[in-house]
Amino acid sequence: MNIQNMILTLQKHWSEKGCILMQAYDVEKGAGTMSPYTFLRAIGPEPWNVAYVEPSRRPADGRYGENPNRLYQHHQFQVIMKPSPDNIQEIYLESLKALGIDPLEHDIRFVEDNWENPSLGCAGLGWEVWLDGMEITQFTYFQQVGGLDCKPVSVEITYGIERLASYIQDKENVFDLEWTNGFTVRDIFGQPEYEHSKYTFETSDQEMLFNLFNIYEKEAHRQMDEGLVHPAYDYVLKCSHVFNILDARGAISVTERTGYIARCRNLAKKVAKTFYEEREKLGFPIIKRKEQVEND
Amino acid sequence: MTKRNLLLEIGLEEMPARFITDTINQLASKVENWLKNNNIGFDGIHLYSTPRRLAVLVMNVDERQEDSVEEAKGPAKKIALSESGEWSKAAMGFTRGQGMSVDDIFFKEINGVEYAHISKFIKGQEITQLLVELQAIVTSLTFPKNMRWADLDMRYVRPIKWLVAMFGNDVVPFEIAGVQTGNVTRGHRFLGEDNVILSNPEAYEEVLLGQYVVADAKKRKDAIISQLEKIEEENGWVIPVDEDLLEEVNNLVEYPTALYGRFEEEFLEIPSEVLITSMKEHQRYFPVKSADGELLPHFITIRNGDHLHIEKVARGNEKVLRARLADAAFFYKEDQKLQIDAALAKLKNIVYHEEIGTIAEKAERVRKLVNLIAERLDFAADVTKAADRAAQISKFDLVSQMVYEFPELQGIMGEKYALQKGESQEVAAAINEHYMPRNANDSVPGTPAGALVAIADKLDTIISFFSLGIIPSGSQDPYALRRQATGIVQTLIEKRWDISIEKLVGFSLSLISDAGISKRNDEEIYHELIQFFKLRVKHLLQERGIRYDINDAVLGGELGSVSELTEKADALQAASSDEGFKESMESLSRVLNIASKKDVLGDINPELFENEYEQKLYEKYLDLGRKIESGVDAVTYYQLLVAMKPEINDYFDNTMVMSDNAEVKENRLNQMAALAVLIIKMAKVNEIVVK
Repeated sequence: MNIQNMILTLQKHWSEKGCILMQAYDVEKGAGTMSPYTFLRAIGPEPWNVAYVEPSRRPADGRYGENPNRLYQHHQFQVIMKPSPDNIQEIYLESLKALGIDPLEHDIRFVEDNWENPSLGCAGLGWEVWLDGMEITQFTYFQQVGGLDCKPVSVEITYGIERLASYIQDKENVFDLEWTNGFTVRDIFGQPEYEHSKYTFETSDQEMLFNLFNIYEKEAHRQMDEGLVHPAYDYVLKCSHVFNILDARGAISVTERTGYIARCRNLAKKVAKTFYEEREKLGFPIIKRKEQVEND
Repeated sequence: MTKRNLLLEIGLEEMPARFITDTINQLASKVENWLKNNNIGFDGIHLYSTPRRLAVLVMNVDERQEDSVEEAKGPAKKIALSESGEWSKAAMGFTRGQGMSVDDIFFKEINGVEYAHISKFIKGQEITQLLVELQAIVTSLTFPKNMRWADLDMRYVRPIKWLVAMFGNDVVPFEIAGVQTGNVTRGHRFLGEDNVILSNPEAYEEVLLGQYVVADAKKRKDAIISQLEKIEEENGWVIPVDEDLLEEVNNLVEYPTALYGRFEEEFLEIPSEVLITSMKEHQRYFPVKSADGELLPHFITIRNGDHLHIEKVARGNEKVLRARLADAAFFYKEDQKLQIDAALAKLKNIVYHEEIGTIAEKAERVRKLVNLIAERLDFAADVTKAADRAAQISKFDLVSQMVYEFPELQGIMGEKYALQKGESQEVAAAINEHYMPRNANDSVPGTPAGALVAIADKLDTIISFFSLGIIPSGSQDPYALRRQATGIVQTLIEKRWDISIEKLVGFSLSLISDAGISKRNDEEIYHELIQFFKLRVKHLLQERGIRYDINDAVLGGELGSVSELTEKADALQAASSDEGFKESMESLSRVLNIASKKDVLGDINPELFENEYEQKLYEKYLDLGRKIESGVDAVTYYQLLVAMKPEINDYFDNTMVMSDNAEVKENRLNQMAALAVLIIKMAKVNEIVVK
């Protein structure tokens, strides 16, 4: 099964389970969790079921397109269900079957893996799902987001698309994966991988990036003070990405690193709190609407 | 009395493997205590645990509690009875409240006062009414980490999926987190069925086996072991089984099937420690060795399932391992470019602890400490030189890719890389050994240079944290300071180094104080440290089988050299079964007891002696001093002390220490005190219990 069909299969599966199908969010980010469709929507009492593919940038993992297992940008298929459904493990396992993975022919295990992202004030408990010893999915019950306790709890399911595809297509090199008939990952991402790696490690203007971090951070705070959560959050994401490039470049010393992470965390906490307050002002409209639907 | 079996099963989403064994023991002991506290008789408990379930089966539980008699205490006798001997209102109120009458009152003395009492017969209840209390047992289990799920407030290790509670064929009805108890369990996630009805509690284990669940953890582990043995036999391999890994793997599966795969031989060029760590830590695989101990390009994994399509599972695992090992090979290759000097420069930017400073600073302190200790112990120049260099570069491998990836390889990679960079064998070995002993079962460093750096590094760690007030207490010891202190003591004992703990602590404390780390009073820290080390020594001596009172006796004074201290303890312990031990100890103790009346040591003046026994003891004392001057072992020292018994006894039989003549009394106390100093060098023998 090529990657395109994998994505279509997962979208169909989760759509049938009641998820809103979204497109990738258009600001750079390191993981699907950082999309506002996850980070912000996991906050507060409103229900939320969503699935989307998120291209995730990890500047430090850039290898000029030469390493068979590492990518500057990989893809995650991200599912959020809030509150976490009772049979979520079973729904997930059905999705593997839909991808042609029969559990009776493999060894599938749920191995403890707790997830923490201190720079976003996030913590969760769950597993990594092993398929014949390979980690193919992160499965997490969010306990805290942006420093706020989650109630209800969201479950986050993150499939590593390339990982899973390398298993399904039995390929040793990620660049040999077939995206769709006649197109491989190399055809589509080979050049960007090289260029982004060169940019990250060699040609990026560090001074400009440090300046940008400060500018983005200031703008994020300013917009939050206006109660404009989404524009503010876009700048939080930008701060995080700029920090990741600088960090990959080795431009941030260990001592400074702690400081930058603290600044990102402060932004994340403030934005989480602001989002909650703004939704509260609106009367948590999704709850209200759901009640109306149920009463009709 | 009629009896029934009781089954309680908690079905969960997969629990963390590392919690399972503790949790099932916790559940079993809570159930057992509950039965005992409620006077419910039973025969025994079977424990079952898998990643998805915790269960206890209690055999032959009485249907009814045992009858019991309970005493209740009422008012004091003088309040219960009037002067004329009539029952007071208080007495009547008391008995009424207990549902009894004043005729039932009897008196019982408590702390010299008589109180009215009644004794009530309590008829045992049918336990079906009590069994719902099992709910509280289930919810009272504690875990190192809890979670919430869905929109519930409850916290538990993982979401609860099903509950079985059966007393005989009856379901014990209760509900937790929206889950109602029943008689329906679940089989293996893939091979079994979802709704499996249990006809009775005792069918549990067998029914589950038919559902591809080996519920008894011990049987599951035995199955894994015998499968591993079979693979060893069929292939002529040796599979070294790491107990922790076996325990973890056992708690990751409900139906284990061992299988093996292979990896490319070219990966064997990577150091075997790296291969083994990668297999164990990342994949939970068992490595495979040849009969003569060579690592082979094979691995074993335990599948949670049966034999069907096992080839496919093996291929999948091989593919994963290949990618892992390719990564390791890449890191190993990259690390070849690492230069020691460049690595040391990087350590200047790596913070060890925010308030303690960088790793480079720590290594520099350790290096100074190594030199201080080496000088004190008068080590040969080449040992000191190797230890100095090893201390200087002891942490360089922390910046290697391999150690970044596998922190547990710190030191091991350091040794390998140091050799590759042209460091001497001694230096390289010391880099690895300075982390030893790495755990309770590990051995102490083999080389003197390794032991020097190990002791210095651990001292520096312990004392840095003590200086910040980060001191182990109860279960709180995040930096494993206790283990490190024990490591120091073990090393000193094994190496028989003649240096006192007091000296070592003093050296390190002053270096840390000079570095400005300390936020507290040095003297206070020093005392805490000595107490801390005393406790470690005490535990080690206990493990060595030393009697508690002998332990107290040798720890009564300064710690001094712990290897000497251990020898003294051993000597006393060995002598304690000798005939005459009691008398010898009593004799020596008399000296200590009377000497305790004297704080300041004064000179003995033989001219003030009034009888020959004083003179004889004095001569014996001088003789002892001469004999021990050149240093004697603990056994000899002990014998020399005991040899004084006749003189000591004669002395006390004929001499009144507390003489009316102040001058004579002072002189006698001086003699006792001087002798006591020599006795206490062995032990505070008056702490030893003799019967």
